[in-house]
Amino acid sequence: MIEAEGVSKWFDGQQVLFDITARFETGKTNLIIGQSGSGKTVFMKCLIGLLTPEEGVIRYDGRLLRNMNNNERRQLRMEIGMLFQGSALFDNETVLGNVMFPLKMFSPLSYREQLERAQFCIRRVGLEATADNKYPSEISGGMQKRVAIARAIALNPRYLFCDEPNSGLDPKTSILIDELLSDITHEYGITTVINTHDMNSVLGIGEHIVFINKGHCDWTGDDRNIFRSTSKSLNDFVFASHLFQEVKRFLEREAEAQEGQS
Amino acid sequence: MTQVFRTPDKWRVFLKNLVAEISKLGVDSIPLVIIISIFIGAVITIQMTLNIVSPLIPSYSTGLATREILLLEFSSSILSLILAGKVGSNIASEIGTMRVTEQIDALDIMGINSACFIVLPKVVGFVLFVPVLVVLSMFMGLLGGWAVAKFTTMLTVENYVYGIQTMFREWYVWYGIIKTFFFAFIITSVAAYYGYYVKGGALEVGKASTNAVVSSSILILLADVILTKLLLQ
Repeated sequence: MIEAEGVSKWFDGQQVLFDITARFETGKTNLIIGQSGSGKTVFMKCLIGLLTPEEGVIRYDGRLLRNMNNNERRQLRMEIGMLFQGSALFDNETVLGNVMFPLKMFSPLSYREQLERAQFCIRRVGLEATADNKYPSEISGGMQKRVAIARAIALNPRYLFCDEPNSGLDPKTSILIDELLSDITHEYGITTVINTHDMNSVLGIGEHIVFINKGHCDWTGDDRNIFRSTSKSLNDFVFASHLFQEVKRFLEREAEAQEGQS
Repeated sequence: MTQVFRTPDKWRVFLKNLVAEISKLGVDSIPLVIIISIFIGAVITIQMTLNIVSPLIPSYSTGLATREILLLEFSSSILSLILAGKVGSNIASEIGTMRVTEQIDALDIMGINSACFIVLPKVVGFVLFVPVLVVLSMFMGLLGGWAVAKFTTMLTVENYVYGIQTMFREWYVWYGIIKTFFFAFIITSVAAYYGYYVKGGALEVGKASTNAVVSSSILILLADVILTKLLLQ
């Protein structure tokens, strides 16, 4: 479990995160949602340790991030898998090379075992053997995401962070990536934290949701009670898309009809 | 800088990267060094022949002057300025692109010292290989001058060869090599700095690349003055 307590962050005297407290549970897909510019990426970078919050604490299964020395922090980072918005695959490595990279750097496995593990991860995310020797520039965006997921899980991480995993993907591929992340989370009991503003992801895999609005944590819950929230900012966010505006109108008409009947 | 000069996370990976960088930054620069050195050597020889026409100056002076110019300044300083353009922009744009596409963040997240992992093989690789480029440039420059003597009637081959052997001081070769160690360090470290700390997108990567070349060129000229004073006085 990852816990954030009273996290605040400033950039050049301007506060971007305001006293955020949230818990991300083990074996669940935890979502951080919010509009662009709401501070969710900054919050995620604080969680990972790429940014240091001026106030507040972050705990990884009770281990205080702030108190960790360089070695402990390095050890923690080996327990973290990260899927970046743009995949962040190494251009000069093939698909296989990218997935083998963390194994080469950290695992005590022999080359043959590393190769087997990398190939297992690549197959696990649904890529064929023909993709192994291709470079990132030679494969599609969806395939790049899969490779990035394979690389992130290569070292059997305890924590998996995903920054906008669906950005730039078509709806069908987005659902496949969501399902893959959800499956991996449950299969390996990983604490997965996904940063997204995609409502399909929220409804599809949002087991625990943290809503960030203008740097504040406005709401926490799950995909079942997100529509019952009384938070105006959350409702504005949830019903922003044309599809959900239609749903909202439908729900309002239904409520009016029920009122009329009663 | 302190993050760069650390013990590599894995020596085997470092050595593999080192060989790759020597190939990319050093070996790939050989054709450019050969072409430029031959032509500059030829041009220096032609200009020396045309300008040294006094009967009081011995005819072998052309070869001697060509050699001194190549050894003392061209094959070290001017070549480094040229390489600052090729190697410096290559390093700054490569690392800058890695930064804006979050590849450096990916390394940091994995617990890898990204500065050491990316920059150290480039600095060490280029510094190690640069003497080869300097000696090659000296040789090719002299060869360019020899070609002028051979294929024109401006001077004789015998005079030219006698000139480049006359009053030869081995120290000048070492002086050129020592200078380029410093220049190679400046080129790689300045370019890596600009690339590593780039913020933004493609436009900023381009700017970082330009700034890296300009800054390293100025620093090379400054270091040239200081090193010349220290080494030749």
